[in-house]
Amino acid sequence: MASIQVKTTAKPLSLALAQAKYVAAGLYFGFVLVKAEVISWYRIQEMFRFQSFHMYGVIASAVVVAAISLGVLKRYQLKSFEGQDISLKPKAPTYFRYITGGILFGLGWALTGACPGPIAALIGAGSSVFLVVLLSAVAGTWLYGVLRPNLPH
Amino acid sequence: MMLMTVLDFFREPWPWYIAGPLIGLTVPLLLLLGNKDFGVSSNLRHVCSVFGSKVKFFSYDWRKEGSWNLLFFLGIVLGGVVAGVWLANPEGLKVAEATSQSLANLGIGVNGQLAPDIFSWAGLLSLKGLLLMVGGGLLIGFGTAYAGGCTSGHSILGLANFQLPSLVATIGFFIGGLITTHFLLPLIFKL
Repeated sequence: MASIQVKTTAKPLSLALAQAKYVAAGLYFGFVLVKAEVISWYRIQEMFRFQSFHMYGVIASAVVVAAISLGVLKRYQLKSFEGQDISLKPKAPTYFRYITGGILFGLGWALTGACPGPIAALIGAGSSVFLVVLLSAVAGTWLYGVLRPNLPH
Repeated sequence: MMLMTVLDFFREPWPWYIAGPLIGLTVPLLLLLGNKDFGVSSNLRHVCSVFGSKVKFFSYDWRKEGSWNLLFFLGIVLGGVVAGVWLANPEGLKVAEATSQSLANLGIGVNGQLAPDIFSWAGLLSLKGLLLMVGGGLLIGFGTAYAGGCTSGHSILGLANFQLPSLVATIGFFIGGLITTHFLLPLIFKL
């Protein structure tokens, strides 16, 4: 037991380096979010007013490419670079929480013009006031966590 | 000459048929890097968990489950710096004519920036700004936690994986967005 403990905690630096790849993945994703301009409040307005195809094109083509990728990963039973089997966790099949939570998030999405990924990209791109949006979102999640036992799902 | 063309490509905004597929590739990228499910909003929960809590929803080992996701979030911020500051689009944001018109009717100007002027520290001092940024933020945090995901986890990963719950959530996102756009914004911008 003690030796296992040593194994997992002895090399925090190498562990940190092994995880740096996720920073790189985020950098890639954030870069594309900015270049797609999906982090713009105006683009979100175009979408919810059905006045531009841009957002629909971005989301639809992202879904199609992701679906094809998942198909390829499954078809060839590819493993991750670390050798793990690739498996996606299915979402729990209860529906009240998805529609209710979804509507509440959608209200906030159009108010701020940003969903969680774009909030991060906006902060990086220099819109520092989105730190307030981020903190408010953390507070909102905290509120949900506290109220959770009393909410229908 | 060639270098300028490449640099121009990285400075200009990308059309949907380039940006969308590249966003979609984030899904297999994270699975191949470490069998991670694409998603961003879980980070809000991880941050709550970091600040330790007796609340059951936040009592789990965030280092084990969430550190990759927090690093991914940090990366998105850095991506924002590279794409939005170092390789910023030299031209202002162009908005569809019809949308400019609709927004002008609400008294919202198109300023060439990513968001209207109210999205600033000064704007935060007004009721309008508070409702948009703090109210909007609270709804984002509460809603994504309730729905168990945001646009990334549900509308991209979930839909690509044919998850019915994600379709329900995405329909919810749209209903909420339409309500805000067509009912709440006209009220808020009258303030």
